[in-house]
Amino acid sequence: MAHHVRTDYGDSDPLFPSKAAVFWYAVLIAGLIAAPYLLESYYLSQLVFIMIYAIVGVALNILSGQAGQVSIGHAAFLAIGAYFTAVAQKYGLPLVLYLPLAGVFTGIAGYLVGLPALRLHGIYLAIATLAFAFIVEEIIARWESVTNGNEGLMLPPPSLFGLKLGTEGFYYLCLLVTVLVVLAAINIIRSSTGRSFMALRDSETAARSMGIDTARYKTTAFALSAGITGIAGALYAHKMSFISPEMFSLSVSIDFVMIIIIGGLVSLRGAVFGAIFMIMADPLLIILKDQLPLWADMVTHGLYLPDSVNQAVQAGVSRVVNAPGLKSLIFGIIIIVFIIYEPLGLDGRWQRVKAYFKQFPLARQRSARPPRMFLKSERR
Amino acid sequence: MLDFTQQLISGVALGCVYGLIALGFVLIYKATEVVNFAQGEIMMLGAFMSVTFITTLGLNYWLSFLLCVIAMAILGAIMERLVLRPILGYPQFSIVMATIGLGLVIRALVGIIWGTDDLRIETPFTDGVFKIGALVIAWDALSIIVATILLCAALYAFFRFTRVGIAMQATSQNMLAAYYMGIPVKRMFSLIWSLSAMVACAAGILLAPITLIHANLGFLGIKAFPAAVLGGFGSIPGAVAGGITIGIVESLSGFYLPEGFKDVAAYVVLLAVLLWKPQGLFGLNAVKKV
Repeated sequence: MAHHVRTDYGDSDPLFPSKAAVFWYAVLIAGLIAAPYLLESYYLSQLVFIMIYAIVGVALNILSGQAGQVSIGHAAFLAIGAYFTAVAQKYGLPLVLYLPLAGVFTGIAGYLVGLPALRLHGIYLAIATLAFAFIVEEIIARWESVTNGNEGLMLPPPSLFGLKLGTEGFYYLCLLVTVLVVLAAINIIRSSTGRSFMALRDSETAARSMGIDTARYKTTAFALSAGITGIAGALYAHKMSFISPEMFSLSVSIDFVMIIIIGGLVSLRGAVFGAIFMIMADPLLIILKDQLPLWADMVTHGLYLPDSVNQAVQAGVSRVVNAPGLKSLIFGIIIIVFIIYEPLGLDGRWQRVKAYFKQFPLARQRSARPPRMFLKSERR
Repeated sequence: MLDFTQQLISGVALGCVYGLIALGFVLIYKATEVVNFAQGEIMMLGAFMSVTFITTLGLNYWLSFLLCVIAMAILGAIMERLVLRPILGYPQFSIVMATIGLGLVIRALVGIIWGTDDLRIETPFTDGVFKIGALVIAWDALSIIVATILLCAALYAFFRFTRVGIAMQATSQNMLAAYYMGIPVKRMFSLIWSLSAMVACAAGILLAPITLIHANLGFLGIKAFPAAVLGGFGSIPGAVAGGITIGIVESLSGFYLPEGFKDVAAYVVLLAVLLWKPQGLFGLNAVKKV
């Protein structure tokens, strides 16, 4: 078992938990820098999507995981960032300027959404963000002079200092932005702002009585989260090179919340795990679609069932596999299963696996079990 | 003026459906402090089941209505038992996500079982109209309004005069105290889900003649949120009043304002109400103490 000797106040919340962590993060970064030379373009493109989703995950983690505010409308912030990018690029702004500006602009939008949040909490807030997302989607679809309505906008490839960024160049841009965003987020969480967020999350009344300006920190959390999502939106617009209103619908917002539910709300690592899961779910589903009829065939043949049963099974399987709602069926089941059986998400599982090896022969099931939760009333 | 009245009546009819869905939200929220994002999908499931009973099996409309409501009551209790009971006491955010997941599952299953085509059912109210002077009211619109009134009266009587109803009221007022008094709180939760699924099912079947039955009907549930919030999320008459308000606003804005406003009118009203009166028009102003 490792001991921590603290000789300084800074030691209680270091940027990296240990020297080994520094080493492994360095290995990870080196691997990601080498990735364009090692991976095929398909996997590189998946990596870019993972990074964009991870940025959104980090944004949602700050808002929901740290500050305890709920948002089911984050696709709207992604849309604002994406459309800001498209318009800024059309007017000839350079990338170094419009990428941060997309963040600032979306952050202002987030601040404005945060204003009603001052008076709302819990479920009212969730519904308000939902309503905001619908309104933004409708505005984008109707404001044709700027957004070209439902026909969408094409974006030329991004260029940095006059150089056109190719696939690899864009990959490195995304990597750089992701690392910066994660570092910024870690430092926000370690700062007094982050502490105030946590106090706000755990008890608003208690936070207020400790002298924390809850109104200010709520809007700050919204602005920060929206700004980061806006930057992700800028990258997303360039990655897709075409944007239209239906790319930012409610289901996208739900995907974003799934990132942090599946990854785990507790730490930023969860956001990255969740992003990896969400992006890799699609190729896995395609494989599943191809393989499931074959597996069903193997099972029915293995059991020597009569041909009529065999055909019925095949018909049933192909009906399920080709159903348009298969993805949402599986995602729905995944959400429910994760919330019931893995409330701490993939990150929680990762922590438990690590703890198991750390205390190797002594680890017990029971010591890792999360504490029982009891019903807490929001009412008087 | 005639146009206005005509729009008003169709708005009230649509609003009654929103009100009934919102009623489902409110019932569950009041008792369990859970907001059920799957309410719209449960309504859709009810509508699709009525297709099976009426069109496929060829049963009588009233009998089918009854069978659907009973089936949905059972399904509602099953959903509560399988999905909501294990996460009792989790943070509200997790529970909301679980109900969203439930909604996704229901929508996908409906797509797999009934397909994605638009379906319709024959009701005794189809094609009938009711005329007052130049004013034309379709029977199906009228049937929704009448059924909403009847349902509200029945619910009022249930909560006022039956033992179970009073136990449910006690549960919603203070869960812990109800538990100490010997009320089986967990069973009450299942019952509340049944009741709310029954109301949603009735809303679905009533709505079916007006809009076709299709796999996106569940999105109406999201439109019922503004109704519930308007009514304060804790008040049963408030939910219906909120629903009717939203229905009228939507209907009139679709008629008088440029295209596009109809779809967002409900949400604009919602945000305005949340800014102006965060607890809703009929809500109680309660701040939880530490």
